[in-house]
Amino acid sequence: MDIENSFFDEMYTKDGQVRAPYILYNQWLANQDSAKLIKKSREAEAFFRRIGITFNVYGKEMSKERLIPFDLIPRIIANTEWTHLARGIEQRVRAINAFLLDIYGSQEILKAGHIPTELIHQNDAFLGQMIGMKPPGDVFTHIVGTDIVRTGENEFFVLEDNVRTPSGVSYMLENRETMLNMFPELFSQNKVQPVNNYPKMLKESLVSCAPKSCSEKPTIAILTPGIHNSAYFEHSFLADQMGVELVESQDLRVINGHVAMRTTRGYKNIDVLYRRVDDEYLDPLNFRPESMLGIPGIFDVYRAGNITITNAPGTGIADDKAIYSYMPDIIKFYTGETALLQNVKTWRCSEPRALQYVLENLSKLVVKEVHGSGGYGMLVGPAASKKELSAFTSKLKRNPKNYIAQPTLALSTVPIFTKKQLAPRHVDLRPFALVSPKKIKVTPGGLTRVALKAGSLVVNSSQGGGTKDTWVLGE
Amino acid sequence: MLGKTAGGIYWMFRLLERNENTARLVEAGFRIALTRSQSPVSEWKSVIKTAGVETYYEIKYGTYDATNVIDFLLRDTSNPSSVMSTIENARTNARMVRTALTTEVWEAVNESWMTLKTLLNRPIQETELPTILGTIRRNCALVRGSMYGTMLRNEIFDFAALGIALERADNTARIINVKYHTFIPSTDFFGSSLDDIHWETILRSVSGYRSFGWANDNEMSASSIAEYLILDPRFPRSLKFCYTTLIQNLDNLSQNCTAGENCQIKANAVFTHLENNSIKSIFKYGLHPFMKDFIKETNELGSQIELDYQFYH
Repeated sequence: MDIENSFFDEMYTKDGQVRAPYILYNQWLANQDSAKLIKKSREAEAFFRRIGITFNVYGKEMSKERLIPFDLIPRIIANTEWTHLARGIEQRVRAINAFLLDIYGSQEILKAGHIPTELIHQNDAFLGQMIGMKPPGDVFTHIVGTDIVRTGENEFFVLEDNVRTPSGVSYMLENRETMLNMFPELFSQNKVQPVNNYPKMLKESLVSCAPKSCSEKPTIAILTPGIHNSAYFEHSFLADQMGVELVESQDLRVINGHVAMRTTRGYKNIDVLYRRVDDEYLDPLNFRPESMLGIPGIFDVYRAGNITITNAPGTGIADDKAIYSYMPDIIKFYTGETALLQNVKTWRCSEPRALQYVLENLSKLVVKEVHGSGGYGMLVGPAASKKELSAFTSKLKRNPKNYIAQPTLALSTVPIFTKKQLAPRHVDLRPFALVSPKKIKVTPGGLTRVALKAGSLVVNSSQGGGTKDTWVLGE
Repeated sequence: MLGKTAGGIYWMFRLLERNENTARLVEAGFRIALTRSQSPVSEWKSVIKTAGVETYYEIKYGTYDATNVIDFLLRDTSNPSSVMSTIENARTNARMVRTALTTEVWEAVNESWMTLKTLLNRPIQETELPTILGTIRRNCALVRGSMYGTMLRNEIFDFAALGIALERADNTARIINVKYHTFIPSTDFFGSSLDDIHWETILRSVSGYRSFGWANDNEMSASSIAEYLILDPRFPRSLKFCYTTLIQNLDNLSQNCTAGENCQIKANAVFTHLENNSIKSIFKYGLHPFMKDFIKETNELGSQIELDYQFYH
C-alpha cells in the first residue's frame, strides 16, 4: 500500500508494519482472494439497495435516491483508545447538559464571566421560549453524536458536538449487519463489541425521560419531516427497530392539553416524541407561522409538562460553532475537571484580531459558517482555488460574525478497498451517546465516515463520502 | 395504528393490484390483436377505456394503435394508472408505512420497483412484450405472496386486504361495463367466432379463462360468463368474492371498535344486493345500469373507508 507520509494511518505504520488492533484482521485479509472481495463488495451494494438504505440529496431531483457507499475494510479501534474516547465523550455530554440547564435557568456561567453574555443572547440558536424550562429528568440532549477526528497515535479532537438531531446511527447498525452477513468468520476471530442493542437502549432512555405524569408504559413516537427528507430511512428504521409509531406533523394534533396522533380508532396521546425536525419547524404557533411542518400548540403542551420532546428545543446553543471554542471552559465550570478530549483551535471571526489572522492565512485554514452543517457553505483553504479564496475573503469581511476558522487538520487515514489495492483515505468518527436522568451510555464504535476521493478531507455523505463498519475491540 | 399508515397500506396494495390489472389488460389486448384479422383499433380503445384513462390518453394521442397504447399503459408516468406510475406510487406508500411491513414484503416491493424501473426504462419492442408482461405479473405475485405468507393477521393485514379486494371489484366491474354490449344476447352473432374472441379476452383480462372452463364445463355463453364474473363465490375476482373479502376484513377491523360502522353498512348493502339477484334478474334490470350502480357504490365504499378510518386529516 502506498502510504502518504504526512498523515497518521490507523492500520499501517510509516514503515509498513501493521498496527496492533489490525493484526488479526490483516492476517485474514492476506488470505483473501481479491476477486472474491470485489464480488462481496458488489453484493453489499445490492443488499443496501434492496433493503432501501438510501438517502436523498438536497438540491437534487427528488426521485434520485443515492446509496452511501460502504467500504468493506473495517475501522478498528483498540480497547484502550476507546475507553479514553468514551470517558471523554461522557464528560463532554454531561457538561453540555449542565450548561443547557444553566443557560436556560439562572445563567451562572454568564455571571461568572466565562462566556460573553451577548454571545448567548444575540445567538439565533438561543431559544427564548426555553428560559425557565426544566425538561423531564433534567435531560436536554437525549441523543448526541459527537464528531471526533484523529491526527496521531494519541491525538483525538472533538470537531463538533451534534446535540440537535444527529443522524447516522442507522448506518452504524446496518454496516455491522452487512459485515456480519458477509464475513461472519471475522467476528469469531476478533472480539468486536456489539452495537446491535442501540435501539433497545434508545427506547429505554426515552422511556426513562417520560413526563412524570404519564402512566407506566409511555407511548413513544418518532416525528419525521416525511419521505423526502434525506434521513427518512433512518427515521423509519429506528421506529421499526423500537416498535414505535413514525409520525408526521399532519398526524398530530393538540387535544385536551396533550399531543395526540390520529389512529384508525381515534386520537391517542403521545408521551415522548423523538423528533427529527428542527426546532423552528416544531410549532408554528410558537415559532414559525409559515411552517407546514409543525404541530400548533405542542410547545404549550411541553411547557405544561405533558410531553417529552427529544432532544429538547434549544439545544442548538450548545453545539453552535461560536460556543464550541468555549467548551474547555464549560467542561471545567460544570464538572470541575479538565477536558479529556481536546478541542480544535478555533478563531472566532467576530473578534477583530482573529479575523485579521484568518484573512492573512486563509489558504491554510478551514472556515465554517457558525450555524452551518453537512459540509455546506464551508471553505477548505488548502483545496480552494484563488478565485474561491478571494470570494470567501469578501464574504468574511462582509459578515465576520457568521464564521469561525480552524486549522486544516491532518485527519488520520484508514485504507479502503479498491479494485487494484488498498488505498488510504481520510476518516472521522461519530460515536453516539444516549442520556438518561441517571446515566450516559456511549455505544462502542459509531459511524466512521470516509472521504472516498484520494486526498480529500471532506467526509460528508452529501459531498461524496462513504462509510465503514467501526469495531471497538474487547478487552 | 395511525390513520396515515392504514391509508398507506391500503393504497399500496390497491396500486399493486392496479399494476397487475393494467398488465393483464395489455396482455389480453395484445392477444386479440394477434389472433384477429380485423383492425384492432376498437379493442385497444376498450382496453384504454377499461383502464379508466381515456381522457389522459386522448389528450396525448389522437389515434389508437398498439405501440402508443402499450407505451401509455406500461411506461408513461403521465398516466397515473400505468405500470410504472403504480409501482412507483406503491413503493412510495411502502416507504411511508415501512414500519408496518415485514422485511419480506418491503424487500419484495422494493425489488419489484427496481426490476420494473430497469425493464421499462426504454420503449418496448413487440418481441419482448410477453417477457415483460410476465415479469410484471410475477413481481406482483411476489409482493402479494410475501404479504400472505409473512404478515401478522391484524389490522394492518386487513387494510391491505381491503385495498386488494376493492381494486379488484372495481376492475372486474369496469371490464364488464365496457364490454357490456358483447353480453347482450344477439341472434345474429350468438355463438359466432367474433363473440368467442370477445369472451376469451374478457376472461383473460381477469385471469379467469382456465378456471371458467373448470367451473362451467367449458360452456361459453354470455350469461354463464357474466354469472361467473359477478356471482360465482369461488372465483377470486368475481364481484361477490371481492365483497365477501371486504366484509370479512371490515368485520375484523370493527371488533372492539365502532369506527367502521358506516362502511360495514355500505358493504353489506352491496353484498345483499348481489345475493338477492340472479343473472337473469340482472340482465332483466340491464347489465349496463347494474354495473354502473355497482361501480358507483364501490367508489362510495372506498371513500367511506378512508373517512371512517381517518386516512387523511
